[in-house]
Amino acid sequence: MVGEAEIIMLISLENVCKKYRVGEVDIPALQDVTLEVARGEFLAIMGASGCGKSTLLNLLGCLDQPSSGRYRLDGAEVSGMTWSELARVRNTRIGFVFQSFNLLPRLTALENVELPLMYGPSLPAAARRKKALGLLERVGLADRVKHSPVQLSGGQQQRVAIARSLVNDPALILADEPTGNLDSHSGADIMALFHDLSAQGMTIVAVTHADDIARSARRIIRMRDGRVMPEEAERINHEDTKSTKRAHEG
Amino acid sequence: MNAFLPFSIAVRALRRNKVRAILTVLGIIVGTAALIAVMAVGQGASTMIREQIESMGSNMVLVFPGSMRTSGANSGSGGKQSLSAADGDAIAAEIAGVEAVCPVIRGWAQIVHRNNNWRPNAQGVSPEYREIRAWPMLAGEFFQEADVRGSTRVCVLGTTVVQNLFVGVDPIGKVVRINNMPFRVVGVLAPKGTAAWGQDQDDTVLVPVTTMARVLQGSPFDSVSQLMIGVSTTESLPDVIADIEALLRQRHRVRTPADDDFTVMDLTEITEAVSSVSRLMTVLLSVIASISLLVGGIGIMNIMLVSVTERTREIGIRMAVGASPRDIMQQFLVEAFVLSALGAVVGVALGAGAAGIISHVNRWPVHVSAGSVGLSVMFAGLIGVFFGWYPSWRASRLNPIECLRYE
Ligand SMILES: Nc1ncnc2c1ncn2[C@@H]1O[C@H](COP(=O)(O)OP(=O)(O)OP(=O)(O)O)[C@@H](O)[C@H]1O
Ligand SMILES: [Mg+2]
Repeated sequence: MVGEAEIIMLISLENVCKKYRVGEVDIPALQDVTLEVARGEFLAIMGASGCGKSTLLNLLGCLDQPSSGRYRLDGAEVSGMTWSELARVRNTRIGFVFQSFNLLPRLTALENVELPLMYGPSLPAAARRKKALGLLERVGLADRVKHSPVQLSGGQQQRVAIARSLVNDPALILADEPTGNLDSHSGADIMALFHDLSAQGMTIVAVTHADDIARSARRIIRMRDGRVMPEEAERINHEDTKSTKRAHEG
Repeated sequence: MNAFLPFSIAVRALRRNKVRAILTVLGIIVGTAALIAVMAVGQGASTMIREQIESMGSNMVLVFPGSMRTSGANSGSGGKQSLSAADGDAIAAEIAGVEAVCPVIRGWAQIVHRNNNWRPNAQGVSPEYREIRAWPMLAGEFFQEADVRGSTRVCVLGTTVVQNLFVGVDPIGKVVRINNMPFRVVGVLAPKGTAAWGQDQDDTVLVPVTTMARVLQGSPFDSVSQLMIGVSTTESLPDVIADIEALLRQRHRVRTPADDDFTVMDLTEITEAVSSVSRLMTVLLSVIASISLLVGGIGIMNIMLVSVTERTREIGIRMAVGASPRDIMQQFLVEAFVLSALGAVVGVALGAGAAGIISHVNRWPVHVSAGSVGLSVMFAGLIGVFFGWYPSWRASRLNPIECLRYE
């Protein structure tokens, strides 16, 4: 019954603008951005410094509100939500991975991973712990749970951050230059992690400067001066992603 | 959000910066300690005053020479000697409801026993004194009516005097020298403690009233410093007082109350005066202590503002993973509350200790009540929440992106 066009996109931006007011002038950071992202997509955003990539990602992550235009996440109207409602969306639907890791320095790796659960629907401590431990194991840090961020390498910190982004079973992972602070080897490890996640069906939107990293994405959009350029990249559908994954494991 | 989370975050944050936390709550600690100590001393004083009323016998009326309605309990300055023992006899004989009358003459006494000497309060009284003041004997007996008639040289001592004159010796039957005249000790009064007006009641020597006049003061026994009158029931006090006033006006030929050359008081009046002064002092000092608590609260606000700025990035991270403005607000409010509550607890301990020292040094009873502790801790907690409100609100209004960008 449901037609192809009516399938609800996970992300749907319509004519989104974002202006920053500095003194008397408005600086347009995003202009008229229209963008749709389906479930399971791995989208890379590229572009020169200052073109608005972070601004776009922050809007997608409900850390900020568009100045105009509409943003629907999984069919729900996000533009116009209050700060508390946005916090709830971030907590339950979105996982962030930042360039500078953004772990709380006084907490252990395990506590950092548990952090989003603290603000979510209450879960028994044992269940929180179990879930966080499982994710740390999944990112290969089972032997580092009691370490604090300063006792971890950059690559390890970013893996803790990825575990944290996954702990609330989000619908969407947003990564802003996740390998920007890492050496090429650690960066490759992190991209491999994202690749695996994508292969398991997670929707990922990542900002990156590096072409080789963008290559692991299935879809690339390029930005210039706050606008999204017409897309030239090939789109690989979900089935293909899965078969690739199977080939990987085989 | 998990109910204990804000508390564990707060405790962690405070533990991280122990010295700063302690300095921050110093104001709260001092304020609470002062409040507790003041209330303890004040409450101890009013408890003591209540006990005084009970221990002195509430059915007591005092008559002083001179009109001194306004000078309260200070009976030493009676002015002209207008009150005589005969007035006392008349009161005892003529007024219904009067059970006993005791003439009192105040004097001074230097008591010597062997090498020890002491200067207690000295009073010449009659045997009725013991009955009116409901004062039991510790040892020996009170002197008799015959001693008053005969102006004999006998005395009854309070325990403070005994402690200072007799070391390991039973004073009964011993001879002491009062103002260089030999007196025989016939009895020791049971200890009564400190009076509402701060006087040690046990630092006293009682001699027959006639002995005080004729022997120690070398004057005829005509005027007295005070008449102490025991009344049968509390209810009859107002009537008895009115009757005494009427009788004395008649005897002294006074026409109007304004010309009275005597003052009649009952004990509740005196204790009321004393306790209202102590209540007023307690309230005043409590207000001052509360102000220092308030100043402590400003200190908390100051440090919380610094703390919010320092932890901007932490706030951003928490917001990014889903902390709502309310969660952030709560986190800092709880931190302010925990800070001030901890300060209050330490302050209560210090205040109770200070009250203990005050009571020990001044021999003044203090009473740290659960009510005053609860009140102080609650007040301090409220101060913390009140002054923590603005910094917490600021934290909750922060923009997550700007927080994450903050270095
Ligand atoms: N808070 C702000 N106030 C004013 N201008 C801002 C603010 N944030 C971003 N901008 C402006 O918006 C534009 C886009 O910034 P944004 O951070 O999105 O760029 P970017 O593509 O992420 O750059 P980079 O690759 O260097 O991270 C820039 O011109 C920037 O100066
Ligand atoms: Mg950027």
